[in-house]
Amino acid sequence: MNAESFFVIGATHHEAPISVREKLALTAEAELALHRELAACPAVSELAILSTCNRIEFYGVAADSAAAAVVEHRFREQVGFEAAEFASIRLRLEGIAAVRHLFEVAAGVDSQMIGENEIFGQVKEAYATAAARGSAGPLLNRIFQKAFQAAKHVRTHTSISAGQVSVANVAVDLAQNVFGNLAPLRVLLIGAGEIGEKTARAFQSRGVSRLTLSSRRLEKTLAIAEGLGAGTLPFEQRESQLADFDVAVCATAAPTAVISAVSVSSAVRRRAGRPLLLLDLALPRDVEALAAEVPNAFLYNLDDLAAIASENRTARASEVERCRQILGERTEFLWRDLAARAAVEAAARRFHTDKSGETPLPPAGATS
Amino acid sequence: MLDALTDRQWMWAAGACYLAGFLAGIVSIRRGGRPSGLVMYALIAAGYVLQVFGMAVRGRVVAGCPLGNAFELCQFTAWSAITLYLIVGVTFRSSLLGFFMCGLGAVLTLASLSLPALDATRRSHVFGGNAWIEFHAALALFSYGVLALLALTSLLLLFRLHSLHSKHLGGWFSLLPSVVDLDQIGVRLLTSAVGLLAASLAVGSVYWLRDTSTVTGPKLLLTVTVWCAAAATLALRLRGRLLGGKFAWFCVALFAAAMLSLGAVNASRRPIPAPRTAMRS
Repeated sequence: MNAESFFVIGATHHEAPISVREKLALTAEAELALHRELAACPAVSELAILSTCNRIEFYGVAADSAAAAVVEHRFREQVGFEAAEFASIRLRLEGIAAVRHLFEVAAGVDSQMIGENEIFGQVKEAYATAAARGSAGPLLNRIFQKAFQAAKHVRTHTSISAGQVSVANVAVDLAQNVFGNLAPLRVLLIGAGEIGEKTARAFQSRGVSRLTLSSRRLEKTLAIAEGLGAGTLPFEQRESQLADFDVAVCATAAPTAVISAVSVSSAVRRRAGRPLLLLDLALPRDVEALAAEVPNAFLYNLDDLAAIASENRTARASEVERCRQILGERTEFLWRDLAARAAVEAAARRFHTDKSGETPLPPAGATS
Repeated sequence: MLDALTDRQWMWAAGACYLAGFLAGIVSIRRGGRPSGLVMYALIAAGYVLQVFGMAVRGRVVAGCPLGNAFELCQFTAWSAITLYLIVGVTFRSSLLGFFMCGLGAVLTLASLSLPALDATRRSHVFGGNAWIEFHAALALFSYGVLALLALTSLLLLFRLHSLHSKHLGGWFSLLPSVVDLDQIGVRLLTSAVGLLAASLAVGSVYWLRDTSTVTGPKLLLTVTVWCAAAATLALRLRGRLLGGKFAWFCVALFAAAMLSLGAVNASRRPIPAPRTAMRS
């Protein structure tokens, strides 16, 4: 199959706002039904569907360009979208442009949150699903495999995925920079607010299992602690027990500081040289600013974490052009390879045709 | 095979390997990537083998451990630090340490080779044919190599602390190991250095007690001071009195003091000038 016949059609976060993407979203059942219907269509020889929060894309191989219109038509019918409305947000690329787009999507360069890792798994899953459903042929296979290789290459050789871009994950990164291995850490969560809970979950997702919750609101504390699988500590003991914890995440709604610099100093002295990380996510601040002066104590407030997240976002964005250049080079290389293969296949077909004596007629108007 | 090159040529080749590793690391970091741990380790290992050849040639000629002048002391210190790196480097997940090790190896090796005055003369029969004194000297120099590696990990700790206090975690700061990891390796290295230096002083003191005129006052004072400073630093760290950046600065200062003491150590030898040129075994 000629590589020119590769296409992508769909809609992404670039043109379609969330309100539109909500309407375009396919349920698992609807996606399966549409996949079966399109794969059975004679005009479409190969097909994979990538459906995420930020994009719905149909990657296909077809004998002629009309097939992409068929796919679009069936998709619009499924989600109840008018042709004109869809045309204003539509992504439609063919040939090398479609290949380049897939490479950029898999590498996270085209993502809303540049450099995110989830998209790589989602593209892999889309391909695996197509393969399992029997709609991934040799061309789709080669292009997707090369897209995975290219994505891994740019993630390894550029800073496109470096640093965290959410406050909760930046907090966990800080802990990793101070302590290294997160698994044995003891984390104290002071306050039962949403941001504290999010941060606690971020710690859990990175391997921390020893969480303790301390808050004035007993009922809410117990409920959140149960949800997190965390222990509890009476709020009055938060300062006296501080030395037992490696990380304290403070996120109360208290009008004044709940952790004094003196208690931090005392805790650090009792920790036998191990540092103490204080993450103050509250406003007004929960930890006295003087605590930052205590040797071996590391204090970060909400502004600090937001600034680090912003710096990481900027660093990722600055890598986009470099990634595009690398991906462009790889796309060109694959494209030449696909063209060479197509030429060899065509020559082989001609050879077999000549051998069987069925020499094709010269084009009309040709002279000897 | 050892005869293929002179001792200094082997050492130039070793220095070139270390320098190549350091430059490769700079290129990787400038491109926003991480220096390849494998490349660093391979270049250091190659440089180490070449340096061993060079020291073996020199050792065969002088019929002993090559510690006869400042040039040889620098080479031996670099060799000791790299020996230790090759042992602990694989367990210490930081290609940055390899990068800095390449830098230190290149500086010690190439600088001592570039200063002909350091190798213009050497004291023969430095150890008076006494194997114990040779052992004492080798142990002391090896402990200085440990201090060299400690200085490097302390520098990494200072960079890490700077990144945490200035709230810049991106760029090449993201390649640094954690505070706790660097602190732990620092404590272990300092413990090793104190132990090795103590053993070296113990062996040396037996010889010195037999003939106190063999060791000059400045040498005795400086080497004992270095050991006392290292032991005091370790004690303060273990008692939690010297933490974080202060501990790191003390460790860097210890290495500087050790290197400075080499001058007094070298000057204490009985001066039997013997102009040397590049040697083949």
